[in-house]
Amino acid sequence: MQSSGLLSDAISNQRRSEQRRWFVISILSVVLLTSFILDVATGPSLLNVKDVANALLHLIGFNTEVDPTTKVIVTNLRLPIAIMAVIVGGVLGVGGAEMQTLLNNPMASPYTLGMAAAAGFGAALTLYVGSLGLNANVAVPLGAFICCMLAAAFLFALATMRHISSGQLILAGIALLFLFQSLLSLVQFISSPELSQQILFWLFGSLSKASWSNLAIVGSITFVCMVFLMRDAWQLTALRLGEERAKSLGVNVSRLRLKTLFIVALMTATVTSFVGIIGFIGIVAPNIAKILVGEDQRFFLPLSFLIGAFLLSSASVLSKVIVPGALFPIGIVTAIIGVPFFFWLILGKRR
Amino acid sequence: MLQVNNLNVSLDTLILAKNMSFSLQPGKVNVIIGPNGTGKSTLLKTLFGDIQAKSGDISFFDETLHPKQLSHWRKQFGYMPQDIRLDVELSVLEVVLLGQLDALSLRLDDSLIEQALSALETIGLLHLANRSVNKLSGGQCQMILFAQALMRNPKILMLDEPVSALDLHFQHVLLDHLDQQTKQQGWVTLMVLHDLNLAAQYADNLLVLKEGHVVESGHPSDILTPQLVEQVYGVKAEISKDSQGIPFVRTIRQGKQAQPLSAESQQHTSSNSSKGVERAL
Repeated sequence: MQSSGLLSDAISNQRRSEQRRWFVISILSVVLLTSFILDVATGPSLLNVKDVANALLHLIGFNTEVDPTTKVIVTNLRLPIAIMAVIVGGVLGVGGAEMQTLLNNPMASPYTLGMAAAAGFGAALTLYVGSLGLNANVAVPLGAFICCMLAAAFLFALATMRHISSGQLILAGIALLFLFQSLLSLVQFISSPELSQQILFWLFGSLSKASWSNLAIVGSITFVCMVFLMRDAWQLTALRLGEERAKSLGVNVSRLRLKTLFIVALMTATVTSFVGIIGFIGIVAPNIAKILVGEDQRFFLPLSFLIGAFLLSSASVLSKVIVPGALFPIGIVTAIIGVPFFFWLILGKRR
Repeated sequence: MLQVNNLNVSLDTLILAKNMSFSLQPGKVNVIIGPNGTGKSTLLKTLFGDIQAKSGDISFFDETLHPKQLSHWRKQFGYMPQDIRLDVELSVLEVVLLGQLDALSLRLDDSLIEQALSALETIGLLHLANRSVNKLSGGQCQMILFAQALMRNPKILMLDEPVSALDLHFQHVLLDHLDQQTKQQGWVTLMVLHDLNLAAQYADNLLVLKEGHVVESGHPSDILTPQLVEQVYGVKAEISKDSQGIPFVRTIRQGKQAQPLSAESQQHTSSNSSKGVERAL
């Protein structure tokens, strides 16, 4: 009798803890939505929130009154940037989450493993060498994408080797980071001041190049990648118990590692090539998600996306309001808003 | 029947199995004993297909282990590796559920949860179900991992030092349950133990490993002798038998003069073992 009571208690506790985690996810979605609307509402032309909300409602089919200029600004300029911020932030969060899962290390992220630095080098090199007949708006992201995938391919090749440990992979990634940073400095050093300036701006990261066509590419790649990752959610959770244990549970560890590494590389390379280097989110978002919902990837993965998205979206808002009328590079702002929040969480957890 | 024929396994230059052959019957508890670094864990990993043998074959009834077709082979195993650290932000229930990895989907079935909870209940740890595993003690983790292995509904159950962190009570909870289930479900159970008395109490079949050979195998009451203990471990022992004929091993401390020698030999074996672990990784 008593044990059957315990049994049903344990089931309802489990269900309650699942509900709690869904609740956290929905709260974060609302927070993200708020910051998204603020992101659309802020900018050099200082529209007010109500008009923007009306324009958004009009867009999704409601019959609200909208001033045509507001409508054009919202649909063609603000909306792509705001959506891009959400997707890019989300991808950075998820990329970090999966790197941390694969490498069993809370300090891993595509950034710390040199993939972002490789993209930066690729972009700088393309700017330096010239776009070889291609439109610069295509050539620079393409150069960044190729270099980023090359760095990933190198990590990939290492990961396929037998008996390589996560620690060794991380070290190799950090070595790549330094290598590409040096190469990047080299390109900056030998290029003209104007070019150097251009490179620097690319490196800061910027959402301003977002357009509906970029968004279509980034959005669809992200969507497909997320579906694949979610399908492996339980396998990835099992991997967190350690590689040997995951194997003992029937996970094909080397295949899972390669598949996930490829997906993360593809997502990261895509977003980085369009918006430049935005560090930090990849490390912070998953750690916050871990504190909030634990490491069951069914919750951890989507929440890492949402938190990453929120961090970048709110950074985008801040980058516009710090100095009204001017646009602060978003890569700088993310760390400034993220770090205090992160410290607060780490220290809160300590108690 | 799990059958091993002429198995040869080596890691780098270390030979861990040399023309090893044995067979394990369903419904029997098989226990491997032997000195550190002698290849006990490696043998389990080889049976699991994680380490590839140089030669020889391993078969379970009419299926032969083939390195290219591991996934079906491994489905039949519950395997509890030696490492018991669980440094992860998951609940006990979630960790146990992972034993049924292939059955898990985005929404968890009530029936799976019940199965996991009853696995916990049989080992007396139902009250921990909703706790986070990284707040548990080493011994509790070990019991949770045992529940996880049970959750796999194995045909072959391999446990690498399953009681290394357990107190007296849980040693017996685990081994009693294991013994009972092995007989009831007809599992082929194979575990590594260091405690000769536990091995003597629970083994239906004892495999004594040394330097890549099975030096002796059979029922503990038939094979466990002071000569064997001295030959395998270099330790003098007295062996008495209780009323049911189960051997009891009592080691004899060496005299003062012999001590430096034994300390040295111990150091020697422990350095061997750490090398073994490193290579196994």
